[in-house]
Amino acid sequence: MSSSAISKIQRPNSHLPRNFTLVLVICFVLLGICVVASLVLGSRLVSYHELIDGLFHRDVDSYGANVVRKRISRTVFSLFGGAALGVSGALMQSVTRNPIADPSILGVNTGASLFVVCGIAFLNISTANQYIWLALAGAAITAVFVFGIGSMGRGGATPIKLVLAGAATSAALSSLVTAIMIPRSYVMDQFRFWQVGSVGSATWSGIATFAPFLIAGILTAVITAPALNALALGDEVATGQGVRTGTLRLVAALAGVLLCGATTALAGPIGFVGLLATHAIRLILGPDLRFVIPMSAISGAIILTISDVCGRLIGSPGELEVGVVTAFIGAPILIILAMKSKVRSL
Amino acid sequence: MRNQSIEFIMAGRRQRRRRWIVVTSLLAALAGMLCCAMLLLGSTIYPVNDVIRALSGEHLKGVSFAVNTIRLPRMLAGLFAGFAFGIAGYTFQTMLRNPLANPNVIGITSGSSAAAVFCIIALHASGAVVSAASVIAGLATVLLIYMLSRGRSFSVGRLILVGIGIQAMLDAVISYLLLVSAQQDIPAALRWLTGSLNGSQMHELPPLVITVIIFAPIIIVLGKHLDILELGEQSASSLGVDTDKTRIALIVSSVFMIAIATATTGPIAFVSFLSGPIAKRLVGVGFSNVIPAGLVGVNLVLAADLIGQFAFEYRFPVGIITGLLGAPYLIFLLIQMNRKGEL
Amino acid sequence: MKPTHIFQAEQVVAGYDHKTVIHGISLVIPSNQISVIMGANGCGKSTLLKTLARLIKPADGSITLDGKPIGKIPPKKLARVLGLLPQSPIVPEGISVADLVGRGRFPHQSWHTGWTKKDVEAVAEAMRIMDITELANHHIDELSGGQRQRVWIAMALAQQTDILFLDEPTTFLDITYQVEILDLLTDLNRKYGTTIVMVLHDINLSARYADYIFALQKGMLMAEGEPSQVITDTLVKDIFGLDCTVIKDPISGSPLVVPKGRYHVNEEFTS
Repeated sequence: MSSSAISKIQRPNSHLPRNFTLVLVICFVLLGICVVASLVLGSRLVSYHELIDGLFHRDVDSYGANVVRKRISRTVFSLFGGAALGVSGALMQSVTRNPIADPSILGVNTGASLFVVCGIAFLNISTANQYIWLALAGAAITAVFVFGIGSMGRGGATPIKLVLAGAATSAALSSLVTAIMIPRSYVMDQFRFWQVGSVGSATWSGIATFAPFLIAGILTAVITAPALNALALGDEVATGQGVRTGTLRLVAALAGVLLCGATTALAGPIGFVGLLATHAIRLILGPDLRFVIPMSAISGAIILTISDVCGRLIGSPGELEVGVVTAFIGAPILIILAMKSKVRSL
Repeated sequence: MRNQSIEFIMAGRRQRRRRWIVVTSLLAALAGMLCCAMLLLGSTIYPVNDVIRALSGEHLKGVSFAVNTIRLPRMLAGLFAGFAFGIAGYTFQTMLRNPLANPNVIGITSGSSAAAVFCIIALHASGAVVSAASVIAGLATVLLIYMLSRGRSFSVGRLILVGIGIQAMLDAVISYLLLVSAQQDIPAALRWLTGSLNGSQMHELPPLVITVIIFAPIIIVLGKHLDILELGEQSASSLGVDTDKTRIALIVSSVFMIAIATATTGPIAFVSFLSGPIAKRLVGVGFSNVIPAGLVGVNLVLAADLIGQFAFEYRFPVGIITGLLGAPYLIFLLIQMNRKGEL
Repeated sequence: MKPTHIFQAEQVVAGYDHKTVIHGISLVIPSNQISVIMGANGCGKSTLLKTLARLIKPADGSITLDGKPIGKIPPKKLARVLGLLPQSPIVPEGISVADLVGRGRFPHQSWHTGWTKKDVEAVAEAMRIMDITELANHHIDELSGGQRQRVWIAMALAQQTDILFLDEPTTFLDITYQVEILDLLTDLNRKYGTTIVMVLHDINLSARYADYIFALQKGMLMAEGEPSQVITDTLVKDIFGLDCTVIKDPISGSPLVVPKGRYHVNEEFTS
């Protein structure tokens, strides 16, 4: 093999993907637009002066400025939550080596819901700090369960097996959730608040609880990215390259569950962000996870924030849960993936 | 030698037919008992004589209202919807050769639900309009899913994935409609999310009853064709089944039943999924299982409704009970299928 | 003996969606004989078989049975004359062998009748020919690959057609079962005069069992005739791209293709 051929092969490993800088710039511009839109748009449109007042002049106490201040925590949270969901999707997809792994499809959201409902109904829990641990536990247990069922038998965890295992588990758990909720109206009130709460119910203390999980999860994801690249080539190849596949899977999956579980705990079930964010990035930048993971964080933040703004605009004067918006935008991605995939890989 | 082998073959076949007759009769008897229980049980238990007199048109204070206005429509709705869900579910499962490919999973029910909710909330419609809209939406959903999943070559796996995606979108639409709905419409619309026999009224039943009377016989008559279709496209055509026409007849009939039943009682979770496999397990394979599947559907709905009404302090709608019963079975089935490598 | 039929294809063009696989093939199926369609992978032999068996609608050309286009014959009526065993038939779960074979009787039944005496006799007969009578009340899931294949052929036999198409009936089977199946099919042809048309992968088994051969290349009919005339080293080179020597099969006297690779070739054969 000639030396030029070798350098061509190595190139994608050592260099940035084509257009990376351009994509990065576009993403940040979009992110900026989203932030402004999230602060300005909603059932009440805020003027430029009110925006500046709300952001920089603490002493001004106009109605508009207060609206902006209330929207700040919401915007911050939607950025954080979106980033967490994007990275979580990328992690789960590479751990399961499966293009459609997403917390909502794997039933993880419903698992978190069930635990939160049980907490409200039987343990009298009512604060975000307490929700988060329950939601995490529920998410983790469900993820293990669903993946366990999905990967039984020949061929490991194929997309179709995972989806069905996730759908079945979701159905079972949501029946349980309803059954627990219906006779207890106080649970229903609180839970509905949690489930519909979406990113709008975020408080600064909630964000403070959430931040450590986000940082830990994203750090883990970035550190494991090179090894996950190797895993994409198959367990044998990865082992040959010196990756301890068992440990890697465990750590990366844990980080994925941590991220989506924590988001679900604060925002309620939000689906399809991971799927949408990751596939958009993959389409543009290719499969190298060292770029896909951080960029999925940014695209996830953009998607969740835009969806939240859309939900506010569509649902005005109330608001439409952001999870409903993301499902509506994200589900077509699942359909497209299904249409494109070859029959054998299903 | 020749007669011996014929006798040997026929002995096994007679045995299987006996089993079909016995099990089907038992299922029918059980359904009859459950129907009676639906009429007899309630917050007040009236003497059997009074119930019969009330049913035959005599006016008895209290009894007539409870039995004729509340319990009878509830029982009939459960009876016909259960039969419709059972038959239609079995038809799809057999035709697509996959127990998971039932109207619930592949999104038909969501299509009908979304249309029904839309009619109630946005158009303030009721009765025939709701029924018509849910049938049209159900058929359109089937068509859409089928077109999207055709690809280069048809695969049931792709159909299921596309169906789940469509379902997620339709559920999002329903959530949105519920959000913008007026407070007083919500209870009526909520039924389309869980499935319930609560508040069934006599005047809502004719569309369901007529649909089942028209389309169930079509599927029963085509039962033999359905069994042949199960052998695959190629075997079926070489055995002389006009596969396209037969499939269209079966799909249209099933979707009509599913859609109207959904518009009447809401999507009672898992009945269409559970009935076929349970019937197959009870009856065995060899004779058409369309009727047994319908009867299992009836038994499931009525039994689950009785459990939901009387087993707990609180009255649960039937859909919650079937959901709790059905989901573990779905998981069990998945595990079994995965082990055998059928997915 | 089964009656004689004239089954012919004229200038048939066929394929899937946008891809044409068969580019204008004309042929006449020799009645009451065993014909084999052979060719390399992807040459369209399976597509041709499916088109002849009316599973694929030809884009152009005509296929006629006794002068009548097969598309114009009612499906059930046609199914009483012409049967097909697909390459990988689908097994319904939990069905018994007798019931599966019985499904082959579908074209002879109407919707309301159960098994008539004639149906029972046809099923028993088919099972006897395939030697699976003892398995009648077993579940099909319990059988071995070879047994299953016999059950499928029995189902096609119960259909009691004059013409039987088989798409690679011996794939996935051990050589012992391959020979066994081909022997059974030959029994069927010799005893009842059933016209058999099949796609086979193995050139040597084709040469031995076929009365007549259709050799396909890239969707065109390259050669047809008796095996001894058709199978030559030039033809094998043309359609398979394989260097070989054709010798006389010491057992049957039919042509036997002995491939030449790049190694282990004695000097007398190197050219």
